[in-house]
Parts: sequence; structure tokens; C-alpha cells
Amino acid sequence: MSISLDSKSPTGPLAQRWDKHKFDLKLVNPANKRKFKVIVVGTGLAGGSASATLAELGYDVHAFCFQDSPRRAHSIAAQGGINAAKNYQNDGDSVYRLFYDTIKGGDYRARESNVYRLAQVSTSIIDQCVAQGVPFAREYGGNLSNRSFGGAQVSRTFYARGQTGQQLLLGAYSALSRQIGLGSVKMHYRSEMLDLVMVNGHARGIVTRDLVSGKIETWAADAVVLATGGYGNLFFLSTNAIGSNVTATWRAHKRGALFANPCYTQIHPTCIPVSGDHQSKLTLMSESLRNDGRVWVPKNKEDVAKDPRQIPEEKRDYYLERIYPSFGNLVPRDIASRAAKRMCDEGKGVGPGGLGVYLDFSDAIKRIGKAAVADRYGNLFEMYQRITDESPYEVPMRIYPAVHYTMGGLWVDYNLMSNLPGLHVIGEANFSDHGANRLGASALMQGLADGYFVLPYTIGHYLATSGQKKVTGDEPEFKAAADDVKKRVSSLLSIKGKRSPTSFHRELGKLIWDNAGMARNAKGLQAALDRIPSLREEFWGNLNVLGDGDSYNVALEKAGRVADFMEFAELFCTDALQREESCGGHFREEYQSESGEAERNDDQFTYVAAWNYTGNYGKPELIKEPLIFDEVHLSTRSYK
Amino acid sequence: MNLTLKIWRQKDKATPGKFETYKADDISPDMSFLEMLDVVSERAQQNGQEPCAFDHDCREGICGMCSLVINGVPHGPEAATTTCQLHMRKFKDGDVIVIEPWRAAAFPVLRDLVVDRSAFDRIQQKGGFVSINTGGTPDGNALPISKKEADLAMDAASCIGCGACVAACKNASAMLFVAAKVSQYAHLPQGQAERSRRVLAMMEQHDAEGFGSCTNFGECEAVCPKEISVRVIAEMNRDYLRATLVGTDA
Repeated sequence: MSISLDSKSPTGPLAQRWDKHKFDLKLVNPANKRKFKVIVVGTGLAGGSASATLAELGYDVHAFCFQDSPRRAHSIAAQGGINAAKNYQNDGDSVYRLFYDTIKGGDYRARESNVYRLAQVSTSIIDQCVAQGVPFAREYGGNLSNRSFGGAQVSRTFYARGQTGQQLLLGAYSALSRQIGLGSVKMHYRSEMLDLVMVNGHARGIVTRDLVSGKIETWAADAVVLATGGYGNLFFLSTNAIGSNVTATWRAHKRGALFANPCYTQIHPTCIPVSGDHQSKLTLMSESLRNDGRVWVPKNKEDVAKDPRQIPEEKRDYYLERIYPSFGNLVPRDIASRAAKRMCDEGKGVGPGGLGVYLDFSDAIKRIGKAAVADRYGNLFEMYQRITDESPYEVPMRIYPAVHYTMGGLWVDYNLMSNLPGLHVIGEANFSDHGANRLGASALMQGLADGYFVLPYTIGHYLATSGQKKVTGDEPEFKAAADDVKKRVSSLLSIKGKRSPTSFHRELGKLIWDNAGMARNAKGLQAALDRIPSLREEFWGNLNVLGDGDSYNVALEKAGRVADFMEFAELFCTDALQREESCGGHFREEYQSESGEAERNDDQFTYVAAWNYTGNYGKPELIKEPLIFDEVHLSTRSYK
Repeated sequence: MNLTLKIWRQKDKATPGKFETYKADDISPDMSFLEMLDVVSERAQQNGQEPCAFDHDCREGICGMCSLVINGVPHGPEAATTTCQLHMRKFKDGDVIVIEPWRAAAFPVLRDLVVDRSAFDRIQQKGGFVSINTGGTPDGNALPISKKEADLAMDAASCIGCGACVAACKNASAMLFVAAKVSQYAHLPQGQAERSRRVLAMMEQHDAEGFGSCTNFGECEAVCPKEISVRVIAEMNRDYLRATLVGTDA
């Protein structure tokens, strides 16, 4: 049975679509809201803001996070900033320009209606956060300060030092804490969602494992919201937090939710290079560094091992400025990442293994002084020095691209609801707004847009119109899902083989990075697809998890997440293989211009690839949602 | 490098814990402290020992999840650094390293090095917010805030809620944590309406959780990975005194 997808995108003039749609949405009477229970899984920017806002509206909210507090969610690590079309700088910005930049930046693989709405609500986000007491950077006159960010020629990025994600998350956390204190949100800490419960074709609950006691529990509700973030840790090494995982969205996928564009992965150009086999994660250096830092490699291969300070100006290749003169060091992330890879592939890479390029601040220090540079980037420089033992004030930084964000995610319509009625997906967990590449400072914008200003309207429409009977959690579907989870936990514990979950994760991650990383080709993807099933078989035959399921067991937690990555990996590579074009973060080596730029194939691939689980990981069913562009003209992205 | 680790192991909240000794051989100075623990855990698993549980997540020094008292100092020997950002090059070959959880009555041990810090959430829930709902807020530039005040608010707001201040304090006081939040809002116009109510409510919960009082030793500031200054405690004491004298309506 094939599924037909209705994106529910409104029609009519772009600028009026969201207003008109909001008017068309059914409302829930204020007195009735408290009768509806909503489960929110994940409490980062999207989940935290949604939980707080839904509770303010009067819904009965149950929120879940696997960390010890909602304030730990990985949104906290975002450094650079948040975009908004305020045009405070009077430099030509507008809602339309933010919309256009985002659609173009995503290589024309996102829905126009969604992206326009995102740009529209962006301005309200800033107002909301300021009112919450988020200490954004200010000018001496007292106004909010802005900076420019990769992929944009206007200054529309708001920031709080290099800790913007932290401050925005703590703002959402403060709103959430207020509702918890008022008793309108019940918060479940250290609690991991391990399955979705479907009743009568609607998402009506979840199964969780209490990570401290090991207790498996079921929770019933009128709607379920997943705000569980991205799956960049498929690659083992990424800038994601160690705990970030695909489990919640993957479990929902196996219950029928379509997974859209899984192969769209963002590789961030400015991360600290790998230092050895012990490496557990990669650390991002904010993209804002490219505002003042200049990227270069030695012109001659013979110079790569030299002290960079001894290499004279004429022997340096400032390749981004050379190839992309109009955007220079501020080209979008996918372009900057691939250019760095190309330089290293040509043998001009610096540092261990030749996998690095320089990001040099000596010109900026000469121009504005060390103090001004320290004011802008001091905390990032300190972090870099702690990790590498080198001072960026003295020696150019070494950077290399790393997996950072996943644009793919569960398919959602304009109401942020998946194809499973009642299951809503927000933030990085959905696929909706960034197309094939996300612009810097847009993730925070999307997470908060979904949570504060979109979902609270659209979920009401579902609740008002779903016509479903109340569930209590005693229905057989709940018991069956809980039994599945218990069985899975005990199988992980019963293998008693030799290898740790981490060793499997590391091997899987390397396989995916080597074959489906920054550049992909059919041969490599096929090789990965051939290898994954046997690796998964080895996992289920030779895994070693000590301890039991009834206590705090870190290896067991990890094993469950790796098991899901082992299944998801096949879908990821299948999607990358079918998309025979290069677009945004997805670069297929077979499809490039003579100068090495990505070549899209708009005739054949202007669609969202939504995958349906068939019971066979290697043979998912592809359902296409065509992307229709009424407003923008599809052109080759040029940043030259 | 070759090291000897003495790690606190504890099965659960109810069972008493004890130190166990582990050899950590062939450790690279470029490893972070937690990567060193990863390696030791992997090896222990090979020998049939359950890996040691410790809290961690972002490993970038911002989520506040990692903890660990290392050789008696919360977050270890390097100033202004969380455990996850501490690197093994700060230690010497042959060192003996003692690793313990945060120790405070209000932070019960859940397992090994993992403690329950939900007391911090409950304090926050009493007043660590501006009571506004989503929507209907004025333009972000409607209210100018001087750069100086915004910077002071940001200095306080950079608290990551890790709890090192409590672990370092002989009274297990969480006043640096509470004051960081109180100070952030005190420096912003948005925080004024609830300024008195906030400080009283948060401190009442602080005391109810079993945290002690501040006696101005400054150990909290010394170990704070975000270098939050005890200036915020002084500010909070002033606000607290004022609120107790003139009430929450003023």
C-alpha cells in the first residue's frame, strides 16, 4: 500500500499564507485545553519552548528528557547566533530576503511555504527572548547588536557572546521551569523514549525507560511531539553531544512515520581536527570566526609541515577569497567544507594526517587590535587552546570540517505533523525548513519558531478535529509496545559476546564517514550498504553489555542507541544512493562541474525523498513529495 | 603516560560506596580527562568489569553535565575549565589521581560518580524566570539596555549549573548558583517587576533543599568553570535584605 503525501501547504500569495492558514485552523476552547494531554519528548530549544508555550495555553503537558535536566539539551552548545529579519542595521534585510537566502542556501530542496513562515516568525523570536531576559549583545546606545554570518550579505544575526545557544536554551528552560513550578508541566528527567504507541492509527503514547531505576513505563496522551534532535552521531565523531541519538525518530519510523531526506547532513567547516584514535567527539569553533579569520593553505605541498608563521604571504593560498571573491571567507558551510577537503585531497592540508587548513587571525589583530579580537572571540580562543595547547593569538588555528547537523528527519506537513496522525515533530528532528543545507544561525531560529510560534497553533487543530476516544494506557497496544521494549533490552543483555557498544559505534561511524561523508559516490555507498548488514549481525552476535536492566547501566543505554544507528545507517546510505545529483550538504562525486562545484538535477530530483519502513532495512519504499516553486527561480547557487 | 586511578564506585543511592584502584597505562597527553576514562572503562569491560558511570554529554564545557572531584578539586586542577575540557597533558607520568563524585547532602549519589542535581531545577522553578507568556512582547529594541548592564547580566547568565560551587564549599552552599540567576535578572529591566519575590522564593527553596549558607570563603568562585564572581552573591544579599525589609511589593 502506497502512501500519498499531502504537505497541506497553503496556496495564494506567499506573504499571506501563514496568516490565512492560522485563520483556517480550528481552535480548542480555553476551558477544554486542560482536558488534552500532550507528550513532548526532548527539551531543547524546540521541545522546551513548545512545552512551556503549550502549558501556558492550558494544555496538560508531560515532557521527557534523557539528561538530568532540560537545561543540558544539546541546543546549549550552539555558539554563533540566531537569525532574524529585523533589519535593525538598515542594510537591506527583509523577511523576503531571509526567505530567499534560506531557500537558496538550502539548494532549493525545501518547501517555499515553510521557509517563508520561518522568516516571518523570526522577528517575534527575538522579541520573545529579550522579554524573557536573554542577555543578547548590545551596542553602547543600548540597542541589540548584530553580526554577519556565513551565506548572508546582511547583518541579521543576534548573539550572546559565543554562547547564544546556551542563553536561548536557558530562556526556554526558564519558561519551562515556570510552568513546572506552576504544576502545568510534569517533567520526567533521565527518561529515554524507546517506542511510540499507536492506537487506532493515531499516535497516542510512548514507552520510556527510567535510566536510573531501569523501569519500563508507558504514557498515554492525546498527541505526541518529538523534539529529539538530529542523528549526526551516526558518524560516531561529530560535534553532537555524546548522548544525541536517532532512537526516538527511528522507533517512530518503524511504527510508520516516514523518514525524509536522511542523507542530508551538514558538515561544518570550522572544527578542531582529530588528534588521535581516542577521540570521542569533535569540537566546533563558531562559524563567526570566519568574519575576521582568513582561511588558507600553503601554495606548495613542500610547505605543509613548516611553521605557518614562517610561510611568507606570497606562498599562501587564501583559497576561499580566490575562488569566491564576492563572499570570500563567508561562503556557506557546504561550500567551505568541500573546498577544505579539496585542498587536503590535493596534499596541501596541514597538521596531523594532513587533515586541516589554517584559520588565521593575524590580519584581524593588526587591523583592530588584540583586545578587540579577544572581545569577539576570546572564549573560543581559550577553548581552542585548552584542546590543542596552541594559542590562536600567536599561531593560526587549524580547522577541518566535521559532521554537525542533520537536515533530514521525520517527514512533516505544514502543520509539523508527520504522516501518522497525532505525531508532531519539531526542531532538528524534522526535515522541514533547511532543504539540503542549513545556513549558519538558522537552527536556533527554526527550533524556537517551531516551539514558540508554529506548533502551539497547529497542534490545536489536530486536537480539535481528531475525534479520537480518550486512551488510558490500559489498551493492549501499550502493553504490546512495552513488551517489545523489554524484549529488546533483555536481548541486548543476553548476547554476552566480546565487543563493547562503543567499539561497534566507532566502526560503523568510520564506515559511514568514509563512504557517505563529505563526498559520496555510488561505489562507496554500495560498499557501505553491503557491509552494514554483516556489521549489524556481528553486533547482535558479539555485543558485550555487562550488568542488568534494572539499574543505572550506561553500557546498556549506549547499546540501545548503537543498535538503532545500525539499522538507520542502511536507510541513510540508500537515500544517498538514490539521489543522483549533488545538492547542498549532499555531494555526489559523479555530479560536479569541471571546477568541482555541485551540480543539481532539478528535472529529476526536485522532490523530498520520504521513506516508508517495509520491514526490510535494505529495501525501504520511496515516496516522493514534489517541491513546487511559485516564487523563486531555481538557479545555480553561485557565491563567486 | 602511565597513571593510577582511585575511582569512587557505588552501586546505587542506598548502597555504601568505596574507592577502587585502576591502572591507566598508555594514556596520550592529548586525551581529554573523560576520553581517558572512556579508555579505562573500555579496558575494564574487556576484563568483565562494569564501566564506571559518570555524567557527561556535550564535552564542550557548556552543558554542565560533567562533574567529578579530581584530586580534591571540583573539575580538576586547571582554572576555568570543566572536566570534559581538562586534558591529560596537565598530569604527569606516574601520577595517582583520585576521582570522586560531588559530595553534598543535597546531591545524593545515584551511581558511581553520578549525582542527583534536581535540587537546582527545583530552585529554578521557584523564581528563575520572568513571568511572561509566549507572544505579545514589545519590539526587542523598545527598551535600550546599556552595554555595561547587558555585559554584567551575561557574566552571571553564563552559569552552566554544574554544581562545582556546591562541591567546593565547606557548607555545601549553592548561593553562587542562585545568585548568578538573581544577578542576571537584577541587571536587566525585564527582571525588575519580580526582583524581590524572586530572590526570596529562590533562597527559600535553596534552604529547603539542604544547601548551607555562604560564609564568604570564595571557594565557589575559585572552582567555577565559568569564572562567575562572588560579586553576584553580594548583589543577591543586598536584594535579599531589601526584600525582607520592604516586602515583595516594592
